[in-house]
Amino acid sequence: MIKPLAFTAAFGALAVAGTAIADSHAGLPPAVKARQAHMQLYAHNLGILGGMARGNAEYSAEAASAAASNLAALSQLDQMTYWAPGTDSDTVEGSKALPALWENIPDAVSKGQALATAAVALSETAGNGLEAVQAGLGPVGRACGSCHEAYQLSDN
Amino acid sequence: MLRFLAYLTLVAVAAGGASLIVTRPQTIPDSAIAGIEADLARGEQAFHAAGCASCHAAKGAEGEARLILAGGATFETPAGTFVAPNISQHPEAGIGEWSRAEIVTAILAGTSPGGAHYYPAFPYGSYAKAELADIVSLAAFLETLPEDPTPSAPHDLGFPFNIRVGIGLWKSIAVSNDWVIDTRGDETLARGRYLVEALGHCGECHTPRTATQGLDSTRWLAGAPNPSGRGTIPNITPGALDWTVDDIVAYLTTGFTPDFDVVGGSMTSVVQNLALLPEADVRAIAAYFKAVPPVE
Repeated sequence: MIKPLAFTAAFGALAVAGTAIADSHAGLPPAVKARQAHMQLYAHNLGILGGMARGNAEYSAEAASAAASNLAALSQLDQMTYWAPGTDSDTVEGSKALPALWENIPDAVSKGQALATAAVALSETAGNGLEAVQAGLGPVGRACGSCHEAYQLSDN
Repeated sequence: MLRFLAYLTLVAVAAGGASLIVTRPQTIPDSAIAGIEADLARGEQAFHAAGCASCHAAKGAEGEARLILAGGATFETPAGTFVAPNISQHPEAGIGEWSRAEIVTAILAGTSPGGAHYYPAFPYGSYAKAELADIVSLAAFLETLPEDPTPSAPHDLGFPFNIRVGIGLWKSIAVSNDWVIDTRGDETLARGRYLVEALGHCGECHTPRTATQGLDSTRWLAGAPNPSGRGTIPNITPGALDWTVDDIVAYLTTGFTPDFDVVGGSMTSVVQNLALLPEADVRAIAAYFKAVPPVE
């Protein structure tokens, strides 16, 4: 069994690699660019809060609230068109979304909702002081990680 | 294909009578641990440092649910699919009936109570370097955890990987008890080395493997194909990772990278484990990563 399977797998990998090279030449599909930009916006706002939480930046209630409100808003955007079928990591070079995501849409949506819950909670407390930011960031990070654990390609 | 042939060769050689003697499953007898007092707090720390919950708790489990060791995590590899077994205290489904020496034997020698070799998806090759007192304490801690009746699922492996006798030879040539890094008397580095090389078994994923599937100590922690799925595991030597000790500690305890990306893949669970260790231990791990030879 192993040999034909291995051959099929190798052949399949070649076919996928060919597609991937073509894709990398053509640039990333808009949907992939859109969701990666969305992630970048999360990271930017998390960085403002995280910088304060770690003592690398002075706490500001105004800046913390603004960043946390951005996170909450981002987490509640309708993202369905970002996660277009046929843009998984097996099909598109540069995509980090595993095919498993499309096989488990309800779970992925529920993980997204968990992030929204954590981000909204943080937006409601971020103006109350540094400790509130430190306490609220943990659940946000874990919500991000929960989806990355299941559906993000492990890479360099 | 090369790996397949290498394994086939191992099986063939192992099947030769003489090698069966040197490669038979090793055990740690009751007498070897009789004088060692178990310390539950120490055992709990070892449990988190060794990452038991990462494979034996349900995927995605958080908090207290990580103490329910019903198994079920799957690892898709070229050899087939490995399934982490139930190691809860349930008497039939789990390990509730095992003696403490049998648990210690499984962890340190990769040998089951029935005398079979475990597949090295269970990282006993790293745990073999652990202190006996830590593992005795870990076994005692496991004994305090809940029962779960979920039966263990069998591995789904093709020939020749379904022949366990070859594992004995693999153990004898691919498992080394030598430390990879010389810590030159530095206590923090020594602690970090212990946590990384033994309990944390970081090298199992982050170090590439040799032709015989041992860890390649000349490219220690230099990155490797993901052993349980698509993608790659990153190079975390100073040749590729320029994070500060503080950056590494923050990542390992919160999951946030210096750019505030968030941990993913199997590392997500590692962060949940390390967040429960004393900060000094995580700092020791970070110091160790800064001290390993850089590989580009």
